[in-house]
Amino acid sequence: MSDATLYGVLGAVLVGLGLFGLIVHPQPLRKILAFNLIGGGVFLLFGVVARRGASAGLGGDPVPQALVITGLVVAFAATALAVALLLRLFQETGRATLRSDDSPP
Amino acid sequence: MPNSTTAGGFLLVLAIVLPVVGVLLSLPLGGRYAQRVALILMPAGLAVAVAIAVGVWRTNDVLQYFVGNWDPPLGVAFRADGLSAVMIVTAALLICGIGLFARAQFPTPHGAEARAPLVFWTLLLAVWGALNAVFIGGDLFNLYVALELLTFAAVPLVSLDGRAETLAAALRYLLFALLGSILYLLGAVLLYGTYGTLDIVLLSGRIQAGPAAWGAISLMTVGLLAKAALYPFHLWLPPAHAGAPAPASAILSGLVVKAPFFLVVRLWFDVTPKMPERIAAQVLGILGAAAILVGSVVALRQARLKLLIAYSTVAQIGYLFLMFPLAIEPETGHAWASTAWTAGMLQAISHAFAKAAMFMAAGLIAEALGHDRIARLSGIGRALPITVLAFGLGGLSLMGLPPSGGFVAKAMLLTAAVAEGQWWWAVVVLTGGLLAGGYVFLVLARALADASEPVTLRSTISPGRQAVVVALALCAVLLGFVPLRPLELLQIGRPDIAIGGLR
Amino acid sequence: MAFDIGLATLVLGVAAWTIAARDTFAAVIGFVAFGLLLALVWVRVAAPDVALAEAALGSGLTGGLLLSASSRLAHTNGSAVIEKPSAIMRLAAALFCTLMSAALAAIVLLLPEPAPTLAPQAAANLAATGLGNPVTAVLMAYRAIDTLLEVVVLLLALAGTWSLAPDHLWGGLPGRGDPVDRGGVLTFDAQLLVPIGILVGIHIFWVGSVAPGGEFQGATILAAMWILAMMTGLVDAPGVSGRWLRLALVVGPAVFLAIGLAGFALAGAFLAYPESHAKLVILTIEVPVTLSIAATLALLVAGPPNRALK
Repeated sequence: MSDATLYGVLGAVLVGLGLFGLIVHPQPLRKILAFNLIGGGVFLLFGVVARRGASAGLGGDPVPQALVITGLVVAFAATALAVALLLRLFQETGRATLRSDDSPP
Repeated sequence: MPNSTTAGGFLLVLAIVLPVVGVLLSLPLGGRYAQRVALILMPAGLAVAVAIAVGVWRTNDVLQYFVGNWDPPLGVAFRADGLSAVMIVTAALLICGIGLFARAQFPTPHGAEARAPLVFWTLLLAVWGALNAVFIGGDLFNLYVALELLTFAAVPLVSLDGRAETLAAALRYLLFALLGSILYLLGAVLLYGTYGTLDIVLLSGRIQAGPAAWGAISLMTVGLLAKAALYPFHLWLPPAHAGAPAPASAILSGLVVKAPFFLVVRLWFDVTPKMPERIAAQVLGILGAAAILVGSVVALRQARLKLLIAYSTVAQIGYLFLMFPLAIEPETGHAWASTAWTAGMLQAISHAFAKAAMFMAAGLIAEALGHDRIARLSGIGRALPITVLAFGLGGLSLMGLPPSGGFVAKAMLLTAAVAEGQWWWAVVVLTGGLLAGGYVFLVLARALADASEPVTLRSTISPGRQAVVVALALCAVLLGFVPLRPLELLQIGRPDIAIGGLR
Repeated sequence: MAFDIGLATLVLGVAAWTIAARDTFAAVIGFVAFGLLLALVWVRVAAPDVALAEAALGSGLTGGLLLSASSRLAHTNGSAVIEKPSAIMRLAAALFCTLMSAALAAIVLLLPEPAPTLAPQAAANLAATGLGNPVTAVLMAYRAIDTLLEVVVLLLALAGTWSLAPDHLWGGLPGRGDPVDRGGVLTFDAQLLVPIGILVGIHIFWVGSVAPGGEFQGATILAAMWILAMMTGLVDAPGVSGRWLRLALVVGPAVFLAIGLAGFALAGAFLAYPESHAKLVILTIEVPVTLSIAATLALLVAGPPNRALK
């Protein structure tokens, strides 16, 4: 199972990297990108859990794999709504910023 | 805990399905029918909610439903214990009240479909369905989907009027909510990887203190705190709740922000009943205390009524988290734990009614005067006496004055704090009450003052809407008269905690 | 193993580029590459259904959405320079995130062996669902309620996106209306590609009951074809108040819900399927759901109405 462990560590690093991008970038579009990176890392961790659960003739536990597909769809919907809000804000104000206190933690 | 679908479990399915049917009907039927669909479904949903509560009360046990007849861990279970039942009834009552109140504000257009009414009624139904899904979800991933449903329904309500400030507030709300969701999901991944299930009951049997469990619970709690706007994650709430239209603010502050708190309670008391969380509970209590103090002080300095009420929500959410250090493994035994636990739930419910009434009252005042500047409220007491009365009754609950649900909740918190030797929380509760009194009287004093010239109202406010507002405020007051026995409803499904303490 | 190490390093490098790039447009290109590489990772961990979904939805549609947004916001990068957090903040953030990654990696390395899994239960119950693909069985049978709610989530996101239109443009058309590259190479490509893409999308959806694939992956490809057609002017975007459009969006979840409710009478529980016809029932749900999801996904990319109905 060592390839699963390798990708597990990759997933953990992606989560941290995405979190860094979320904190450090003030522009909302970069924050949305960072969110998608964190999401990729979390889903990858779920996929590693699935791979470790391979048994009964299946290459991986199908439950986490199905949950990741659901999560991917929800993440896309979130990105679409966030982008629509951002573009509309830009249309109204000419700026794409949430002003000074825009960063979550 | 039953081990299969119980009789009456189908009601849980209906609690989610009815609002979803409403959403699916509103969109193709269009804006001319959206309000009608909503107003027809509201009494039906209320009936289902009451039936669930009666079912839980009668059987004295949890109502359970295995969806698709698949047993957990492979399938998903819905469960309603006493707490879920009470929250579902609260949600149904609030939604019905908001529906009646908002009829005049989002009327059915006569010609072509209009944007705001279609969006409002569809999203209101969606919020209702999502809330019910959170209250009865028995599976952590199903709860994740329910949380996302709630976020996507709530965020566009904030920016409904399309102004730049509300768009920015909605985007900030969405970003905080998404951060919360992804942290919650990460925790769920760790739990599944370690225990092979996401079902709450199965997890509670398998979970043990260890790095995975601690990591997962911390991540999920932090994520849920961001969604619940507990200090220091509170920055998104005031502009969002103040910028939304009044009926939307009512449900946002009333229940949407309580759903993540409900899940923290589920996580700490149902998923990890035996983990030693005393220090973490003190941290939650400290954050709650900070929320009460910061929220109340900033509320005192607000110039606009809706912002004052929104900061008050930040403060009142702090009370909810004071319950954790008092209800987790107390030194003096279980009696006071249940008092603190009941206090937290009672605070959540009475605040829901009180805050909804206050936001709707503020909405009526803003409609009547054309503005909501506190300094220029003089004379409104004479023009809209019932509305100001409703505001005052809601304020009673916030301050913790008798008779009100807020008073009973805060008294129970005080009793538990003193009885367990954690007297510092008592100081916080009392200070918070004084500060709340400050900002409520600030508004009432202005409103009841005589204006130098008679107040001209921009529009007539129907007595029906004022009656709805007062009715909701009275619910918060009536919760103060509820004798202790019905509070046992809250305890159904919690075998280790017996009610006691205050007798 | 060496391949995996190489792939993981590549993914990490591209992800770091996405975070570190100064220009937003470059960062989004990096993100699209990241998604495609991640799809390869999914193949390596034996999750081909997820690989398809990641490539099509996570990288393709999301990338397209973010690219078009970043080009519209291209002139706002200047303000970012003024608002950037201080060097101390960045150092603190880097420290915090490194600790977080390390803690997560430690937990992953300490996950129990043998790993708890639901694969045996999923495989054992597969025959009752009539399906050959266990992931589809989880999505459409064992945890069908999650899928139903998720389709509603998608619809709500669309309603929320539409709600951002100004009042006077309600009922209008999304998108800019002027096709890119009129009569040029892209339009020619689209005329060739769209029919093929539609067939591929339908195939991937259909085959998902026994092989990797399924309704979400197929719907994404169909949505991408519709977006391509709208972009090149082969078809125009629909007005958001159109009766047929609204029905198309709702028919999927409505059929899903109706069959779920019928399960009360026919199979004893909500979202239960009668054992002898389970596969037929599931396909009956999947066809309208694929249609609705395809429409919803495409319209989410198209955005809120910003042109009046003629």
